[in-house]
Amino acid sequence: MNIAVVVRQVPDLVEPLEIDASGTALDMDEVEFLINETDDHALEQALLLKESGGGSVTVVAIDFGEVDDVLYTAAAKGADRIVKIPYDDEDCPPRPTEAAAMIAEAVKDIKDIDAELVLVGSSAHDELEGVLAPLLAIKLELPYLGVIRGVKPGEGGQVTAFKEFPGAAMAQMNVKLPAVLGILAADQPPRYVPVSRIRAAMKSTEFEEKETAAAETETGVTVLRMYHPEPSERAEMLTGSEDDVAARLAEILKEKGVIQ
Amino acid sequence: MTTLQTDPGMEFLAQRVDGDPAFGCIQCGTCAASCPLGAAMEYPPRQLILQARSGNLDKILSSASLWMCVGCHTCSSRCPRGIELADDLWPALRDRAMQEGIQPPAELQETFQNIFKYGNSLGESARKRLDWAKELDVPLRDLSKEPTAVEVLWLVCDYPSYYPRNQVVTRDFARVLTALGVRWGVLGNKEKAVGDCDRLYGEEGLFEMLVENNKKLFDKYQFEKIVTLDAHSYRALEHFYPRYGAEYPVEHYTSYLADRLDLLKPLLTKPVKATVTYHDNCCIGRRADIFDQPRMLLEAIPGVKLVEMARNRENALCCGGGGGGMWLDGHIVEHGGQRLSDQRVRQAAEVGAEVLAVSCPLELSRFEDSTKVAGLENKLLVRDIIELLAESMDLGEKEKQ
Amino acid sequence: MSAQDILVLAEVNQDAVADITFELLGGARQLAGATGGQVVAVLLGHGVAKHAETLSAADRIIVIDQEQLAAFSPTPYLAVLESLVGSEGPRVVLAGSTTIGLDVAPMLGAKLNAPVVNACQQVAVEGDVLKITAAICGGKVLADLEVSASPAVLLMLPGSFRPSEDKGAATVETLPSPVELQPGAVTFEKMILPAAGDVDITQQDVLVAVGRGIQQEDNMEVAEELAESLGGELAASRPIIDQGWLPTTRQVGKSGMVVKPKCFIALGVSGAPEHVEGMKDSELIIAVNTDPGAPIFDVADYGVVADLLDVVPALTEAIK
Repeated sequence: MNIAVVVRQVPDLVEPLEIDASGTALDMDEVEFLINETDDHALEQALLLKESGGGSVTVVAIDFGEVDDVLYTAAAKGADRIVKIPYDDEDCPPRPTEAAAMIAEAVKDIKDIDAELVLVGSSAHDELEGVLAPLLAIKLELPYLGVIRGVKPGEGGQVTAFKEFPGAAMAQMNVKLPAVLGILAADQPPRYVPVSRIRAAMKSTEFEEKETAAAETETGVTVLRMYHPEPSERAEMLTGSEDDVAARLAEILKEKGVIQ
Repeated sequence: MTTLQTDPGMEFLAQRVDGDPAFGCIQCGTCAASCPLGAAMEYPPRQLILQARSGNLDKILSSASLWMCVGCHTCSSRCPRGIELADDLWPALRDRAMQEGIQPPAELQETFQNIFKYGNSLGESARKRLDWAKELDVPLRDLSKEPTAVEVLWLVCDYPSYYPRNQVVTRDFARVLTALGVRWGVLGNKEKAVGDCDRLYGEEGLFEMLVENNKKLFDKYQFEKIVTLDAHSYRALEHFYPRYGAEYPVEHYTSYLADRLDLLKPLLTKPVKATVTYHDNCCIGRRADIFDQPRMLLEAIPGVKLVEMARNRENALCCGGGGGGMWLDGHIVEHGGQRLSDQRVRQAAEVGAEVLAVSCPLELSRFEDSTKVAGLENKLLVRDIIELLAESMDLGEKEKQ
Repeated sequence: MSAQDILVLAEVNQDAVADITFELLGGARQLAGATGGQVVAVLLGHGVAKHAETLSAADRIIVIDQEQLAAFSPTPYLAVLESLVGSEGPRVVLAGSTTIGLDVAPMLGAKLNAPVVNACQQVAVEGDVLKITAAICGGKVLADLEVSASPAVLLMLPGSFRPSEDKGAATVETLPSPVELQPGAVTFEKMILPAAGDVDITQQDVLVAVGRGIQQEDNMEVAEELAESLGGELAASRPIIDQGWLPTTRQVGKSGMVVKPKCFIALGVSGAPEHVEGMKDSELIIAVNTDPGAPIFDVADYGVVADLLDVVPALTEAIK
């Protein structure tokens, strides 16, 4: 099975997220990036499918943030080809609609790839103006199913996808390829690859570049302001030594009738 | 049929473990018998060499016990053939396992990823490296902001920088150094992990990367020597960094301060009345023979009565934290091992100690947790030597809390 | 449908109308009050007609009950919705940020050439313009947006609106599908429910939930002891379940269960919207986290900024 995997970078929530001078976007100079978690799972799922059924994995990414780090890691993990889509704007990441258009073009044009399955993370925590995964399916004119926890290969040209539902339930769905699947989680957590492999990949991997036509950016949405939420007014914060806090909490639990 | 020459296990031993020594193993079993977790391991140290020689490299690489060594160095220290098991054989096997796609335990993966991404094992933002110094009452030289020549480049390291319990010790050391009139500086937010623990756990590539980056970093500054509180970092800087061409004069704080006892002693004015026992940590103890200096420091404190545990000096029982053990208690316990620190605190109580003195940052929280488990909370206090020195200098933070 | 109407995509899960549908209807009533239009609920499925009357906060309830719509699949649902919306209106399509909404709403937006806004928490109409507040980056960043285009498709986070007390005209229109429904490339085979036999966390009075802050599986013991001392059970946010440290039956949040216990103690849980939606209605919420900026403190009644490994054993002791 030939699989295309889309990977993105998102702002790392461990680091402080500063707002830029315009007050309408994150300050990209201050933001640290890491791979979008669900895209990491999409890559893992692709590698698992390749391992069980053969084929190839092509990783596609738009050149924004420190995407090279992610791409070398993908190469080290076993991706066969890496395609980078050039993108000029350093300050503003591509919006989902724009990204979908660019990626669709790149994936359609990889002639010797002819991806039967496109895997992309079901969501990313910085998605505001749309959601990439289903939009990509529309642009590619392929069927879509999202919020998927695990994909099993099926009989010729089909896969079984497990769509997550509330209450820890899952719908077992049959998908006829070609299709786009939005991955929430792979069959197993993303594999670890030792740093020495990543460094080796940095020396030996060649990225392919795929220019795409500039996409329509007018979305009919204007961001007026981006900001941090006010510090919580709701929680009463308890301070002091751990024993003081524990005693106070025990009191509260008693007051509320949780303990005798 | 594979001959000895073509067996992948033998080839591996020949290539990775300094060639000959591993071939010289006589299978005496001293290592396995000395290993504090040996009884719980499917393949204790002796077996690793036996299996590699017998064409069973695959078995040991996929075993759970591969991840149970905590790097205490007892095996290496006692091996009659001088084989460097803890610091070369185990890491090499772990590296090989990961190269073959074998997944290390999840907690360990996360630690490696944290170091790779954030430059510290705790996954904290690099920008918070100096948070420990926010309310420091002595002046701090942040060389990354204002480079200036210093006597001592104090490498604070991960736990002392980020972990709340350790930050108390870190601030005390700042006070002690200042009181001694030492011209010291830190690297501020530019400081990154030294990497001893990830090297022990097999991430050779990550270690190399850290050495390269740290060399570039250190070479920017002017200092006479590096001093660190972190025993593991001391070990890596002293022993392994030179292998990569990164050689710097480095001292662990215990030997640094012991050398300056004549300046330090007059400042130790306040008595600290306590029966204290010192836990020899594996990195400066067994590996570096720094046994006397910590004791000299403790004995210089008025009021301290020093007692020895039955297992002391080169026979000290490891706390179980080194080499990744910090993150693998779960894995170890799941496979029949135990938290060594739980045993160790009981050994301290047995000799009537009121205070368990340590000199490695991993030990503080491990032993404190263990006192709770062993029912010794408030009966056995755990203190870094620095805290006791600072207390005697009337600078100590812990007692004032 | 008119350009002032508010369309709500109703959802039925395991034969019950989803809570979020009632919330969306409440929101739609407010918006319709400002636009002067109607609230139109769209209920798709098979055997769902009986739920129509519960959607009485709407003015029109369009029911398309067909066997081909029995189980959710994006293509047929999308085809029906696209056709229903037609060429005029609505002003706004409200969909829940759910497993169904996240699949269908963005595609509907693309087909209608309508902007799609994700992670919405607040929506209001101001003249010709929609004013929206969205919460991204795990709830750490808010964005105020203005949307002038019509229609606009909004993915609403659970808990953003309150169900409406008011009733609408509540006219039920049962229609055949406006388009021919073909079995598409994506077909439903069966529903896999979680294995019975484990604890039902939705029935517990006390839950102690662990999040990423627990760090190691080994540390879960500390949380377990607290749960035991309170006569409660352990629960967890998604990262813990993904690691396999607890079974999926213990998961609280968007992908797991919605719980409303007497007491919910969140340990090392950051409070991202996907988790909060599963526990926000608990009677008493106590949160312990080392990050003072963690969004969990916005929903908790009491908060402690500390390492759970320090506080929790002390608390367990204090309770005993």
